[in-house]
Amino acid sequence: MGKPIKIKAKIKGDIAEVKALMPHPMESGARVDADTGETVPKHYIQEVVCKHNGNVVNTAFWGTGVSKDPYMAFKFKGAKAGDTLEISWKDNTGDTSVKEVTLK
Amino acid sequence: MRLQRRALIRSLFTAAAVLAVPRWVFASRPDAAFNADNSDTVVKDLFEGSIAESDQITLKVPDIAENGAVVPVTVSTALADVESISIMVENNPTPLVAMFELSPQSIPDVSVRMKMGESSMVRTVVKAGGKLYSASKEVKVTIGGCGG
Repeated sequence: MGKPIKIKAKIKGDIAEVKALMPHPMESGARVDADTGETVPKHYIQEVVCKHNGNVVNTAFWGTGVSKDPYMAFKFKGAKAGDTLEISWKDNTGDTSVKEVTLK
Repeated sequence: MRLQRRALIRSLFTAAAVLAVPRWVFASRPDAAFNADNSDTVVKDLFEGSIAESDQITLKVPDIAENGAVVPVTVSTALADVESISIMVENNPTPLVAMFELSPQSIPDVSVRMKMGESSMVRTVVKAGGKLYSASKEVKVTIGGCGG
């Protein structure tokens, strides 16, 4: 299980503005460890799925070019207090992390 | 003969079912495009048809990035019926950074932070209403973000 995702969401009118932080090394496979001199293998998030009340609103596919500890922001319509927002990711090793919050 | 016809009918139904899938049911990750080492190949892998430059797209990136390991990028657009937003850094070893697939409920306004190995054109391609639009901007990087 990956590290927990941090989600900040606020509703303006019926629009939800979401910011998410996902602690993850995001190793591109090109970095050389300064201590061991060995290349650090690829380890990065490939897919992020964002669901509002169970419906997918945004699917992000990522490559190795996304920064370490990824930050992502997005917006969607039709949100109201009490709705659920779930964000999950899956990396190239099959590891995952899921977080659900209630909008307020 | 009858069996063949049955198979044919079945395949027609399958084709119809595939076509009937709403456009916001998402495809799987386009791995080939993410592994491609040049942006022309990425575009060929991801999209069909011509891409028009559009002033309806706002690509927000810094002019100068002091730290190539963390370059903020925001893409928003006034275009209607946006289906996907892709972001590429042309000079990165694998240019495709991210592709966001948006449901009709989404507002086309996404942000992410990306790595840039060196100064490069940053390009976004927006698919909206079945058509393709793009915008690009150059970012100068003073410290590259690939060696860590």
